[in-house]
Amino acid sequence: MSDYLDYLKKRAALGLVSRREFMGRTAALGLTAATAGTLLASAVQAAGPQKGGTIKVGIQGGASSDSLDPAVAANATASTVNRLWGEPLVELHPQGGLEGKVAESWESSPDAKIWRFKVRPGITFSNGKTVTAEDVLATMERHSGEDTKSGALGIMRGIAGMSVEGDTFIVELDAPNADLPYLLTDYHLMIQPNGGKDDPAAAIGTGPYVLQEVDMGVRFVASKRDDYWGDYGHAETIELIVINDDTARMAALQSGQVDMVNRVPPRTAGLVARAPNIEIKTTSGPGHYVFIMHCNTAPFDNKDLRLALKYAINREELVEKILFGYGSVGNDTPINSSYPLYTPLEQRTYDPDKAKFHFDKSGHDGPVLLRTSDNSFPSAPDAAALFQQSAAAAGITLDIKREPNDGYWSEVWNAQPFCTSYWGGRPTQDSMFSTAYLSTADWNDTRFFNDRFDELLFAARAELDEAKRTAMYAEMSMLVHDDGGLICPMFNDFVDGVTNRVAGWEDAKVGFELNNFYAPMKMWVAA
Amino acid sequence: MGPIARLLAQRIALGLLLLFLVSILIFAGTQILPGDVAQSILGQSATPEALANLRAELGLNEPALSRYFDWLGGALTGDLGTALTSGQDIAGQLWTRMGNTLFLAFWAALVSVPLAIFLGLLAVRYRERWPDKLISAVTLASISVPEFLIGYVLMFFVGVQLGWAPSVSTIYDGMSLGAKLHAIALPVAVLTLVVLAHMMRMTRAAILNVMQSAYIETAELKGLSMFTIIRRHAFPNAIAPIVNVVMLNLAYLVVGVVVIEVVFTYPGMGQYLVDHVSKRDVPVVQACGLIFAAVYIGLNLVADIVSILSNPRLRHPK
Repeated sequence: MSDYLDYLKKRAALGLVSRREFMGRTAALGLTAATAGTLLASAVQAAGPQKGGTIKVGIQGGASSDSLDPAVAANATASTVNRLWGEPLVELHPQGGLEGKVAESWESSPDAKIWRFKVRPGITFSNGKTVTAEDVLATMERHSGEDTKSGALGIMRGIAGMSVEGDTFIVELDAPNADLPYLLTDYHLMIQPNGGKDDPAAAIGTGPYVLQEVDMGVRFVASKRDDYWGDYGHAETIELIVINDDTARMAALQSGQVDMVNRVPPRTAGLVARAPNIEIKTTSGPGHYVFIMHCNTAPFDNKDLRLALKYAINREELVEKILFGYGSVGNDTPINSSYPLYTPLEQRTYDPDKAKFHFDKSGHDGPVLLRTSDNSFPSAPDAAALFQQSAAAAGITLDIKREPNDGYWSEVWNAQPFCTSYWGGRPTQDSMFSTAYLSTADWNDTRFFNDRFDELLFAARAELDEAKRTAMYAEMSMLVHDDGGLICPMFNDFVDGVTNRVAGWEDAKVGFELNNFYAPMKMWVAA
Repeated sequence: MGPIARLLAQRIALGLLLLFLVSILIFAGTQILPGDVAQSILGQSATPEALANLRAELGLNEPALSRYFDWLGGALTGDLGTALTSGQDIAGQLWTRMGNTLFLAFWAALVSVPLAIFLGLLAVRYRERWPDKLISAVTLASISVPEFLIGYVLMFFVGVQLGWAPSVSTIYDGMSLGAKLHAIALPVAVLTLVVLAHMMRMTRAAILNVMQSAYIETAELKGLSMFTIIRRHAFPNAIAPIVNVVMLNLAYLVVGVVVIEVVFTYPGMGQYLVDHVSKRDVPVVQACGLIFAAVYIGLNLVADIVSILSNPRLRHPK
């Protein structure tokens, strides 16, 4: 047993075994979680993160039209770059919950209407200036002004007032919200000196790195700051190379030109993983691929027709053929186990008989038009074709209209009554539901108007008792599942690739690709 | 020289007129695209307020005609405006990208043009024998395969399996010339394969055509060697069509490398254009379109002029 433990410890130290895996395997040996945790820590500590060297990242999603202004960040490259130089107030903890970044601690009034964030004392921006609560306030102001173009504006609504008291930043809300700190993990909300009002794209923040070379959509080079407060940032230099072409990105990983890549195409992940020096890392997240119907537009205003389509889709088949197994089956609710207060619902499965029954009951005659495009999610047209086949078996004719990628988000999504789309997910039920299922939400892309649902949403925000909140969210999921216009066949995993030149990958339960974009600074050069 | 100068002036004026017409086409074309730039910048995460704010800031509410003349006036004075998406000066960014594209095109041309002409001459020398057939077969096969496929095949075998050349051709300022050349080895190879056949076949055909002439027979009867005949007598007379096809291919190397730049992530104009097309960054798309058109028209102009100058009958019209 001790040999096996040593083996596990070594692998853990090398980053070959994830924390979860390590805990699981040691538990199988009869060790308690506490002992195993200590073992793991000591093993990783023994080898320790190596300092220095250069980590090269091949990353998808950047374009030469990007900006360094975090307010308009909208892709994986911008998210990664912004986290190199900047930090939000609070961040998602990889194993769930939150951790403080610029905020050292935070607390709310008992009714969850007033939130106080204490700024971490003594930390500085990369220009040497000490971070104050005024900087935090200015940042939030810049993202919430009427004339802002920040992608975080939606989050900032509902804030009644903001103020500063010494080293504490105070937020007063219109209505209680127990999840406010989660909302402030938004990747647009990087704390900048004077809120970035003077120079929004200066890339000056409290992050562990300072950008040295910036060539938008091509290449970024960042070097480690000596005076960074935290323990991230092991490599001396991080080089991000934007490689949007999938094949080229995989070739760069295989030939060792880069140490890690994001978005390994599920189709080729198995082939890429065959190379002995490459490991494919998957993170199950809240992201999901959807077929969305407008509940207020004929023929989708008929609940039976919606149910018919929900029963007519073969979720397992889609996970297998579209995600190649890199994902999990959805259940017509946007919530899965990556959310904090999750309750599983009874799984809806493919049932042509029930689909036919509901379709006949709906009284609808003739085909149903589904719009799709390549960029609505990877292989969306293929998924639509599979849906067409499985629906045909239930006697439902789906007509598929392929729309151009250009203008899909303005002309089709949230405009046409039935189309394919995707959601990246949100950190909490509240933010997911308020973003897309609340009657008054801008992006209520299923035109879901349900009074009971809205009532529960607001009640849950003010509810600090977790058990009661969990029950409320379960009921809300149920409402969407039964009555909503959402067909959610699958949750997609984030699939990344790393070579054995770098170590320290941490399997996360929450967050986005590349360890919530922190992998470049959490990992180290092993060789 | 009078008539020649007039001919040249006429050609250049025609070129400019053509460029002006192209500018109208480019502007009109970018206006009728679906969606708008504000929506494309903010993507799925656009709120109505953010959209309205961004639209106002970008000046998208102005009428199209006044935007056209503003743009044309700016372009004529070297001011291509600022990119809508990043707010950066287009001209500055574009020169770097243009420099990169020309760098790649230059090295590809330096390899492919002499190689194509040499192979063409070789094919004539060994006409209808195995070297001729081999050269034709290989070059025609490589032009028939889509260029991105050649790119992927080379990337896999040369880049990943053999590890001789990098599969990502990102170049930047701090690199030495040697490092840059190493980085662009694969795209240069692909471009060479793509343009080789066209130029080689044209060289071969043009020279074979000349070889039928009586004065070649005379040269043969004089006892000159085959290569001397081709070099001294046939090639100068075949230069006009060869220059034409070489210029067409040079133009292709500059304006047609979008796919190769994307496949090898080479930071040239093509990739710059693609990035901004997908973001609806109209000023950048227009600027790139205009420059591509100018390069294309310019190189064709050069081809025209060279063929006029190299042909005594055109040089001295009756």
